[in-house]
Amino acid sequence: MCLGIPGRIVETHADAGLLMGTVDFGGVRREVCLAYLDGQVEPGDYAIVHVGFAISKVDEAEARRTFEALRELSQLDELDWMREVAERSLSPGGGESP
Amino acid sequence: MKYLSEYRDPSVARGLIARIRREATRPWVMMEVCGGQTHTIVKQGLLELLDGAVEMIHGPGCPVCVTPLEQIDKALRLAADPRVIFTSFGDMLRVPGSECDLLQIRARGGEVRVVYSPLDALQIARRHPDRQVVFFAVGFETTAPANAMAVWRARELGIGNFSVLVSHVTVPPAMTAILESPDNRVQAFLAAGHVCTVMGWTEYEPIAERYRVPIVVTGFEPVDILEGMLMAVRQLEGGRHAVENQYARSVRREGTVPARDLVARVFRLVDRKWRGIGEIPLSGLGLREEFADFDAEYRFGLAALEVEEPAECRAGDVLRGRLKPHECPAFGLRCTPERPLGAPMVSSEGACAAYYTCGRFRHPAGVEG
Amino acid sequence: MTGTAVGIGALACPAPLTPAGWVQLGHGSGGKMSAALLAEHFLPYLANPALLALGDAAVVPAGATELAISTDTFVVSPLEFPGGNIGSLAVHGTLNDVAMMGARPRYLSAGFVLEEGLPFDVLDRVVGALAASARAAGVPVVTGDTKVVERGKADGMFINTTGIGALDFDFRPAPTRAAPGDAIIVSGPLGRHGMAIMAAREGLEFESRIESDSAALVSLVEGLRAGVGLEVHVLRDPTRGGLASTLNEIAAASRVGMEIEAAAVPVPGDVAAACEMLGLDPLYVASEGVLVAMVPQPWAAAALAALRADPLGRAATCVGRVVAAHPGLVVLRTEIGGTRIVDMLPGDQLPRIC
Repeated sequence: MCLGIPGRIVETHADAGLLMGTVDFGGVRREVCLAYLDGQVEPGDYAIVHVGFAISKVDEAEARRTFEALRELSQLDELDWMREVAERSLSPGGGESP
Repeated sequence: MKYLSEYRDPSVARGLIARIRREATRPWVMMEVCGGQTHTIVKQGLLELLDGAVEMIHGPGCPVCVTPLEQIDKALRLAADPRVIFTSFGDMLRVPGSECDLLQIRARGGEVRVVYSPLDALQIARRHPDRQVVFFAVGFETTAPANAMAVWRARELGIGNFSVLVSHVTVPPAMTAILESPDNRVQAFLAAGHVCTVMGWTEYEPIAERYRVPIVVTGFEPVDILEGMLMAVRQLEGGRHAVENQYARSVRREGTVPARDLVARVFRLVDRKWRGIGEIPLSGLGLREEFADFDAEYRFGLAALEVEEPAECRAGDVLRGRLKPHECPAFGLRCTPERPLGAPMVSSEGACAAYYTCGRFRHPAGVEG
Repeated sequence: MTGTAVGIGALACPAPLTPAGWVQLGHGSGGKMSAALLAEHFLPYLANPALLALGDAAVVPAGATELAISTDTFVVSPLEFPGGNIGSLAVHGTLNDVAMMGARPRYLSAGFVLEEGLPFDVLDRVVGALAASARAAGVPVVTGDTKVVERGKADGMFINTTGIGALDFDFRPAPTRAAPGDAIIVSGPLGRHGMAIMAAREGLEFESRIESDSAALVSLVEGLRAGVGLEVHVLRDPTRGGLASTLNEIAAASRVGMEIEAAAVPVPGDVAAACEMLGLDPLYVASEGVLVAMVPQPWAAAALAALRADPLGRAATCVGRVVAAHPGLVVLRTEIGGTRIVDMLPGDQLPRIC
């Protein structure tokens, strides 16, 4: 649940013993607590951040693999979908929902 | 944005929609228990695109919506206290208590501040040593590690003027309560991706087994949700009921262990009342005895309160999926985001508010001019 | 109705559904509460034809011609932000309101409420920026006022500016003139001002290079006057409440519907990223250097060309169109082909955790 977005770890430092870091979210940067990923992440890695805390490291290989699979799958399906949409809008009573 | 925008790819999304529609031999009923997922589903207009293949019932996935009325009233009392700087996540500010909400307390002179992170609240406590700073620690298991750390650090650094008002809830007991309900229609669940990022998915395995429901751990972007739905449809079509992980780029079976550990050290399971639903045993988190000093309820002597919900608010039925928001007789008429009867109409993730602002024109009575 | 009532100090709201009997912050947000405040507590006392048109500026007769008058009070905090300060904002905001009616701004007034304790160097920077912005637009500040109030009563400084402009009969955009078939055009990317301010608020701080887009739109408007003229039906700048609120106001005033394409709405990457972080929707975030124009479809190309010829309008683009269907409602087509309504918010947009 909840608003967690992926960001790139730019640098890490300790604040009175707590591991913190600067994370870049598409050009906007914020200080984030990295304590829960201590030992797992370094600058350049991506993490999911929720309310100022990194809660997981993004598995980039996994992300890439499934996304490529999805994209391939969808190229065939999208043509079907477009045909279906076209058919529905041409049929009587079809088109926009009321 | 990397690892975000790709999951909004229109052609991938459309392809998944086509595939769901092709593979579902009948309309399956699913529930998501996550306000963020509800938000995406409604905001992207997914429901009408899946009409006939998947029916989504929106579960009690908004911690804002399920925060019990007593806790809101305690928050209002603390916010009105001149000694206190009351800090909170933004979404809590408009939730109606018995009499008012935090925004109205602020209008009357109470000091109420929105923060992005509980550590920001701790910072405010350090900057204002002469004031009491209370943080409204609300949320599901996703937010518990952050709130736990704030309390832990407050003790470690001796920040004595900081305390938390706790109102945490956990997901699995709610799912079980829904499945136990005699009129339950839910056939599969999309489990909340960030709750599971922290907790892993081991708690869901016995639920899938006992109730024979597929549970797919799902992310938040349109492609994630559609892929999660497709995985659920495939299980349903194949007569299977297992826990699967769609959100593999973030979720592992064991979750984030250091986070779970600190949550277990700072919090313990307690019975918790869910607004509109009632009490669910061992469904909440409360501070452990050794951290009682940081519990605002102790520090400010807030008595145990019993508060009744307004009778007309059907939040409970909506949150349990018995009623769609626009089927509630008060929807759009006596209950609107400006004058809400209950939390699901106030919180922007609440099912009622989402339906109202994004889909109003589908409700015959609600359309103006 | 309630069980054990929780008595909260001096508060005496008798029932949970009764609206509060006092002004709240949401009343200033530009959303539905603002509209209600106006309708319930101002218009009943002040109604007259010029006021009731509720345009960005009022149009009043002046001998053989007409004048546009607009007033605005600026209460922004922090006083200084990346891309400007309250002084430059106060000039741009009022010049723009006058220009949105099709008038050429001629004169400005500026009234200041200063808080005891405001450092002189801040005051100098603000007044300097105000003067520079007015000079750059060729509009003199011909009269003004200053008051000082006790510490704690003015958030540093409040500024009111009033602008007067000359109207010609051949250029009359108005919120009531949107017509089915009109193209909806925005002059540039949205949301910079709102997020630049947000980045500086305590508790929400984040580092960004987002700068306020505060700018005078006078030259952009001149370009549209020359390139399109009378067929510019509507001009409005999407300030508080963002593009969504502006489109809703016009849809209501003109009694038309609108359809916009999510993929076409220009939002700079860092604004989008900051919105993601806080759970905000860029459609509701203020811009102070962008205009929305509605022109009949055959004139859209000319309008875009006129805007793009100006440095402020290089990224001008069409985001949707005005329709006869669903009058008063703004409908968005999402990136994946779904549709949803874009409503006015009741009050301010709040950062969320879900």
